[in-house]
Amino acid sequence: MSALPVLAVILPLIFAAIAMLFRPGPRRAHGLALSGAFLHLVLALMLMTRVVNDGIQVVQMGNWPAPFGISLVADSLGAMMVVIAALIGLAAIAYGRHDITADQVDRGFYPLMHILLAAICGAFLTGDLFNLYVWFEVMLMTSFGLLVLGQGRAQLDAGVKYVVINLVATLLFLTALGLVYGMTGTLNMADLHGKLSGAGNGGLRVAVLMLFLAAFGIKAGIFPLYFWLPAAYHTLPPSVAAVFAGLLTKVGVYALMRITTLVFAADAAVAKPVLLGLAVATMISGVLGAAAHRDVRRILSFHIISQVGYMVLGLALLTPLALAGAIFYLVHHIIVKANLFLVGGLMRQAGGSFDLAGLGGLYRRQPLLAALFFIPAFSLAGFPPLSGFWAKMILIRAGLEAGEILAVVATIGVGLLTVYSMTKIWAEGFWKEAEGDGSPKVPLSAWRLAPVAILAVLTVVIGLGAEPVYRLAAGAAEVLLTPELYVTAVLQGGAP
Amino acid sequence: MQSLLPLLVGAMVAASVYLMLCRDLIRFIFGLVLASNAVNLLILAAGRADVLSPPLIARGQSVPGQAMANALPQALILTAIVIGFALLAFVFVLFYRAYQELGTVDSEAMRTAESDPDDASAEVDG
Repeated sequence: MSALPVLAVILPLIFAAIAMLFRPGPRRAHGLALSGAFLHLVLALMLMTRVVNDGIQVVQMGNWPAPFGISLVADSLGAMMVVIAALIGLAAIAYGRHDITADQVDRGFYPLMHILLAAICGAFLTGDLFNLYVWFEVMLMTSFGLLVLGQGRAQLDAGVKYVVINLVATLLFLTALGLVYGMTGTLNMADLHGKLSGAGNGGLRVAVLMLFLAAFGIKAGIFPLYFWLPAAYHTLPPSVAAVFAGLLTKVGVYALMRITTLVFAADAAVAKPVLLGLAVATMISGVLGAAAHRDVRRILSFHIISQVGYMVLGLALLTPLALAGAIFYLVHHIIVKANLFLVGGLMRQAGGSFDLAGLGGLYRRQPLLAALFFIPAFSLAGFPPLSGFWAKMILIRAGLEAGEILAVVATIGVGLLTVYSMTKIWAEGFWKEAEGDGSPKVPLSAWRLAPVAILAVLTVVIGLGAEPVYRLAAGAAEVLLTPELYVTAVLQGGAP
Repeated sequence: MQSLLPLLVGAMVAASVYLMLCRDLIRFIFGLVLASNAVNLLILAAGRADVLSPPLIARGQSVPGQAMANALPQALILTAIVIGFALLAFVFVLFYRAYQELGTVDSEAMRTAESDPDDASAEVDG
């Protein structure tokens, strides 16, 4: 037993409180936030090594023994997600130095960002359903705040849609939770794993499972409940968009994984055809939306949806290989997607616009930026040897082994369309001759370039060294598929 | 009581869905208030509200003598009410600000953030 899982949640909250209390100027606030995010990443890495070496880490809050109190549980998947969340938080905060205006800092950008990161990590680590609900709410509140920070017309409009649909999702979640409590008398996920299989009648259990799927499906941006996402994400400043795009929908995917593999493990077979159909529909509708748009940020927003489809596909197949593929995809996608939104901000700085019609000639003027776009964009599209290629390959192989030919065909087709929309950005933004050439070469800020470069290098590293990452993902998938490990760790091993 | 609560929850959810399907954001908010209260009642109903003895343990004992009401659903509902209240306050302010900026509460007319993709002139800027 160690305090690491607690620290991973509390540290960002402490930094948020400091930033809120002392209200330093923009420069100092940035330094403070940056050191906070860096410490968070170090803590997350320590937690990860601890989990890899010693197995699942459990902390019982307030020393209440397991099913009665709230447990924080860090298994391989949870710890991995915390590391990635801390990494993206660090990148976004570093990028924010020249992206977030002094006015937005004044309105509380850094505290909100820290609380958001704390809530995301809390959601990844909690072992209690009601606690998960609370973290979702904290996440929602802070993301609402970040969304309307700019106070522009578009932000408010986007904010209304985002808030409305997410509140409905929250109510669905709460309903499902109340019913689960009524059936079993417990909300501890490990405890539920054992108690839920015999509780209530089968029809009620399936109905509750579907309520959970709908609630988390809205959060994850699954077909047909994704429309709030492309309506909102393109109005955000790039550093906020990176965190939203990289992490928020993925918390939904993570919750789906926990619900189907742990809490409803006995009924997961019912969800399979539903998830499979939704995954394919999500992939296709997302990529078609991306093909139709000409604004860089909107293309990227729609790609979040189609990529979430891939992860859900891995979850739907639920074989060890498929689940490992979904986790690999999760890791790859968060890094790449956040990076692409950050690159979008750089393209805007260099080319003056987010709209492809107004961009052009960036390849000639900003060769470094071109390289930094090329890596995440074509990793997303699945070019070997970048990380996206391995992620897609594992999933396709898992699909073939499971005999889901239709899903495999969809996967490959969507991959090709992803290449189409990425080449669209490439051809229009980078290769096309700029209109009225002679626009001066804008020097790009180092605060923006550094996080983009680091994430791009990580993408290449994951691509070239796919083996260790795959082994981590496969290990996490194995833990997910043997829920007994999680259950015994929480209910017995975690006693103080 | 036990058979009345589910009926009440059902009626409230039906009314709230009707309100939330409306294009008018004001009606949507009322639908939301109704829905969150319906869910709170549902937790109470699902948490076995029929035992009427209070959850108090007699002096000098460490376990309750007889069956007693479950206190946890109340705690859950209390948390949900607090969170719901905060969210609602935020939603009211957000909708009011949106009304000030956009001049409408008709969700069908709120297209500022989602203009036609082919219409390059309507570029949205963050």
